[in-house]
Amino acid sequence: MKRHLLDATDLDRADATLVLDTAAQIEQALAGREVKKLPTLRGRTVVNLFYEDSTRTRISFELAAKRLSADVINFSAKGSSVSKGESLKDTALTLEAMGADAVVIRHAASGAPHRLASWVKGSVVNAGDGTHEHPTQALLDAYTVRQRLGRLEGVRVTIVGDVLHSRVARSNVGLLHTLGAEVTLVAPPTLLPVGVGSWPAEVTYDLDAVLPKSDVVMMLRVQAERMNASFFPSAREYSRRYGLDGRRMAALPDDAIVMHPGPMNRGMEIAADVADSVRSTIVEQVANGVSTRMAVLYLLLGGSPA
Amino acid sequence: MTNYLVKGAKPYGGEAADILIKDGRIAAIGDSLPVTGAEVIEADGLIALPGLVDLHTHLREPGREDAETVETGSRAAALGGFTAVHAMANTDPVADTAGVVEQVWRLGQEAGLVDVVPVGAVTVGLAGERLAELGAMADSAARVRVFSDDGHCVADPALMRRALEYVKAFDGVVAQHAEEPRLTVGAQMHEGDRSARLGLTGWPAAAEEAIIARDVLLAEHVGARLHVCHVSTAGSVEILRWAKSRGVRVTAEVTPHHLLLTDACAESYDPVFKVNPPLRTDADVEALRAGLADGTIDAVGTDHAPHAVEDKESEWAQARPGMLGLEQALSVVIETMVEPGRLDWAGVADRMSVRPAAIGRLGEHGRPITAGEPANLVLVDPTARATVDPAALASRSRNSPYAGRELPGRVVATFLRGVPTVLDGKAQK
Ligand SMILES: [Zn+2]
Repeated sequence: MKRHLLDATDLDRADATLVLDTAAQIEQALAGREVKKLPTLRGRTVVNLFYEDSTRTRISFELAAKRLSADVINFSAKGSSVSKGESLKDTALTLEAMGADAVVIRHAASGAPHRLASWVKGSVVNAGDGTHEHPTQALLDAYTVRQRLGRLEGVRVTIVGDVLHSRVARSNVGLLHTLGAEVTLVAPPTLLPVGVGSWPAEVTYDLDAVLPKSDVVMMLRVQAERMNASFFPSAREYSRRYGLDGRRMAALPDDAIVMHPGPMNRGMEIAADVADSVRSTIVEQVANGVSTRMAVLYLLLGGSPA
Repeated sequence: MTNYLVKGAKPYGGEAADILIKDGRIAAIGDSLPVTGAEVIEADGLIALPGLVDLHTHLREPGREDAETVETGSRAAALGGFTAVHAMANTDPVADTAGVVEQVWRLGQEAGLVDVVPVGAVTVGLAGERLAELGAMADSAARVRVFSDDGHCVADPALMRRALEYVKAFDGVVAQHAEEPRLTVGAQMHEGDRSARLGLTGWPAAAEEAIIARDVLLAEHVGARLHVCHVSTAGSVEILRWAKSRGVRVTAEVTPHHLLLTDACAESYDPVFKVNPPLRTDADVEALRAGLADGTIDAVGTDHAPHAVEDKESEWAQARPGMLGLEQALSVVIETMVEPGRLDWAGVADRMSVRPAAIGRLGEHGRPITAGEPANLVLVDPTARATVDPAALASRSRNSPYAGRELPGRVVATFLRGVPTVLDGKAQK
């Protein structure tokens, strides 16, 4: 593995598979234990540097680090020196002085983790940067697919919604491709980036046409502010054309699954009964997030000889 | 004042000749001129060009003297072979009154390294709402002829039309920063495959091309002079070619960085490569070089945009757009145009001195290297190569996109009205 995890494409097939296998081993090792903790990263320091609110992702990383017995520092940008105008570089130097072995960063600016990686000696894990990438989300999604369907090679994954602004979509397209899945993107043309044609994915505007050929349907969250910016005419029209309801779910093959990175807009991109159905993996995704992130921290900090 | 005899330089790369500089003018030019009462400058193998003229420099004074001053920027310009630079109006306060343009002009005179020619803002405060006192700036000591809201586009078509018409009264020109603002909200880099992958909001080529197309039609309609700043796309070159074929009075410039660098530079997320308009694709670079070679693009304009370290050492989205340009402009033109055989030295003189001086209506600059003309000259060693070290630059800022890159050409000497501002590659004050 490389020193940092900045992009999903930092991982080649062997590395990505190693992360998923390690996550599975960790899950096994912890299964049935009363104290869900491994001593692997004792004495190491992991800093959660969150410039953007995301309680679920922060808690997931925090839990992952703690279960590996690392010391965890939560550094929230709000109410800290950051909001008083301290630059990312100054913060990086502070973390360096504190002896951080790994920095988990969430930031609204695309590329911020790349900048940070050039300023600190420890490992940097991208926990979501702007509209760029969210590689651990892609890893936990891949882990979930493999767990449910038993494989990734040749699995047909359909990603639906705001691909343009979605770091989850970007990371998933890259990683799923690396792992041999076939990805199809479905969105109104206004929510597909220019140049999407060069991505390793099929692109279509027609959700109904691809559902019968999908093993996995991954619904993306629609941000409320897109509605006011005329990316589509109305929430109602969006929901009709690109929302996943019971009727559409019925068009899927029998063992197909439905995914969502959360948080969901129930009734908008996904109907409540779909989200709560047995096909939905939404709760598993959250649980798998912890083991996958443990695997990442373990491999970056302790698992492989330098 | 000291007289100089420049021995054996090649004017425009032609036959070697001696150039006698006396009382600020070229007194004689010819074979083996006698050395009498003149300091000799051995210039064997050096190319002599008329002093370079920049249509597009940001000097940051008044307002951001921590990034650049008129004096430090003038020194950088002289070291780059320039004898005149147009200082853009987006200072603080904005250069939108006779008072501010005269202040900048006077600071340039005091520094005495290049002629600093202020550009006046088109609209009050660059706000794009009402015309600044263009006539007062034209009549001031600074004799402003170029007007620009650079950094912003004069987006309102009716206001742009009025500006184009109004400056006809004093033979002025409106230099447009062509960027349709509604198409570039939040834009961070060229819109294309890379912006999609990097998750940085795209700046589509069409946002530039749409404004240029509109403006050349307006300029044609009212018979006015239009200058297009920092053209960056292949489509823009096509529109300019079409406009010129119709006889529209339009001129255009391209920056050194758009001739050399592409959006691939953004892969590093290093904001030193963030610039407006953004670095484009290989195909755009090729079209810009072709456009400069065939004269569709009239001039090289540096868009020298110094920024303090804290404005660049940050996340990409937070960083200010802009790059240094004065000190490496000629080297980049040699690399991209001269060495590949797309422009000869006379062509370099034309695009970097003669035409920009004509666009700015600078009588004393961009003149031929012949007896009787003002001695605004630059001597260049075309065979030298050096690796760019930002720490060694004369600019107060360090945001050079060429850091660590080896580039050809070295400015050995620059003369401003017969006075050496640079000798042996060193600034004289
Ligand atoms: Zn501009």
